[in-house]
Amino acid sequence: MNAVMMAREPEVSSEPQSKVRIRGLRKDYRAFTALEEINLDIADGTFFVIVGPSGCGKTTLLRMLAGLERPSAGTVECLRRGSDNPRMSMVFQGDAIFPWLTVWDNAAYALKLRKVPPGEIDDVVGHFLDRTGLSKFAKAYPHQLSGGMRQRVSIARAFANDPEILLMDEPFSALDEQNKTILQEELLRIWDETKKTVLFITHSVDEAVTLGDKIMIMTAHPGRIKEIVDVPFVRPRKVIELRAQPEYGELVFRIWGYLRDEVQQARLQSEDRLGGKYEK
Amino acid sequence: MNGITAQANTGNFVTVAAASKRRHRRWNLGVVFNDRVMMIASPIGLLVIWELVGRAGFLDQRYFPLPSTIFLALKTLAISGELWMNTKASLLRLLFGFLVGGIPALVIGIAMGISKPVRLIIDPLIAATYPVPKSAILPLLLLIFGLGEGSKIAMVAIGVFYPMVINATSGVLTINKTYFEVGKHFKASRWQVFRTIALPGALPLIIAGTKLGVGFGLILIAIAEMVGAKEGLGFMIWNAWELLAVDVMYAGILTIAVIGFVLSLLFNEVEWLLVPWNRDKDR
Repeated sequence: MNAVMMAREPEVSSEPQSKVRIRGLRKDYRAFTALEEINLDIADGTFFVIVGPSGCGKTTLLRMLAGLERPSAGTVECLRRGSDNPRMSMVFQGDAIFPWLTVWDNAAYALKLRKVPPGEIDDVVGHFLDRTGLSKFAKAYPHQLSGGMRQRVSIARAFANDPEILLMDEPFSALDEQNKTILQEELLRIWDETKKTVLFITHSVDEAVTLGDKIMIMTAHPGRIKEIVDVPFVRPRKVIELRAQPEYGELVFRIWGYLRDEVQQARLQSEDRLGGKYEK
Repeated sequence: MNGITAQANTGNFVTVAAASKRRHRRWNLGVVFNDRVMMIASPIGLLVIWELVGRAGFLDQRYFPLPSTIFLALKTLAISGELWMNTKASLLRLLFGFLVGGIPALVIGIAMGISKPVRLIIDPLIAATYPVPKSAILPLLLLIFGLGEGSKIAMVAIGVFYPMVINATSGVLTINKTYFEVGKHFKASRWQVFRTIALPGALPLIIAGTKLGVGFGLILIAIAEMVGAKEGLGFMIWNAWELLAVDVMYAGILTIAVIGFVLSLLFNEVEWLLVPWNRDKDR
């Protein structure tokens, strides 16, 4: 099996360290190739956003990093700080916090699985519930919260686990526009404090430009890297002010340019497949 | 109840706060009182109508004695200690049968939910044996376990087993797949997956299955005790039939009904304690 997740010791080199190094990554589902030729270096502390048409394999990429799927070929390496911290923590798409646990227990879930000392769990969970504005709801159950608050719990759970890399799979896609903006601001605020390497998937170009340092655009069927774009805006960012700037609009427009062909093509392909099924 | 308790007028803003009826509902006398009154009023209402219709002469009292007559018989039985002796015997059999049938049902049911191979092997066995009327195998149980306690406990155990195993399995199967992925992603061990995801996720249906199972157990214990028992409510009813003591028969039936009712209340409380995340849904 050449598809492995490896830990890497820091190299003695003057080059900026890449936190994640992906080489020749590929994923096949029987005859269907979801992803191929993914070669990627992500520098430590980068907020890295991946956009692409639906079905371009961006979620597959993240799931492979999260250990939920095995690559068909290629390697993913992750530079570790030498501690025994977990490599990745994922914020799942949609509702993925446990309905049977309180907000507190949900946020502490990963730490409890790792058998972190209770005192330490209290400190860490308390901190991140505070940062996500959930302290008052520590004893509430998820069904008592709004969708936005539930997603905050999911974020708190991932941050509290103190991973090397945070993975986020369209975490705000189910939220309404206002809540989305608020949560984006909050995420930026928490991220500014920790500066963890983030891999963030979205289908929203606006969200990508708002949050990211780098934006990777993917092609559809099979998913490949089409373009990687730098986002020049300074941090800390204010979501609304940022969107008012002309440079923001220009960048969104530029990325849409890369994306348009792909979305078009993905649509045609899926229409072909459906048409084949339902034609007389 | 109107759901509004607080209306504060602060400056230009009118704040209307909905009652946190969720949290306080249980202790909110108004709501609980209404619910409880309705639950108790309906059986009492039936008894009152029965008594009135009977006194008016519309019922043949050889078959349908008046509720007052039945209560009198119940009182006599209670004073003589007969009622308690028989109730205790039935309840003990119910308890042991519940443990003997329920614990394997939980273990097998959850294992079937988690593991597809286990499910594929055991499911056809359950599907094939479930529809067999349990009363039809009573002679077989008597043959195997004898006329003593063994056959009664086995009968209850079989009755409890099926609804519990079926509900435990579907309880696990209905858990959203994402939750298992979360467990896998955060590197939960098998035991941790069982303890933190499968068990709590299946718990609401497990409890529903337990309620059904205890109901079946109660039905079957009465049947089992009619054959070759020396005590128990089923024995009491059968004995009364042989003596043509119709009021005692009804006293036994009523006692079983009350046990069923009390057990269902008890399990509602257990559910309230064990499934706090489901409390707001229709209680």
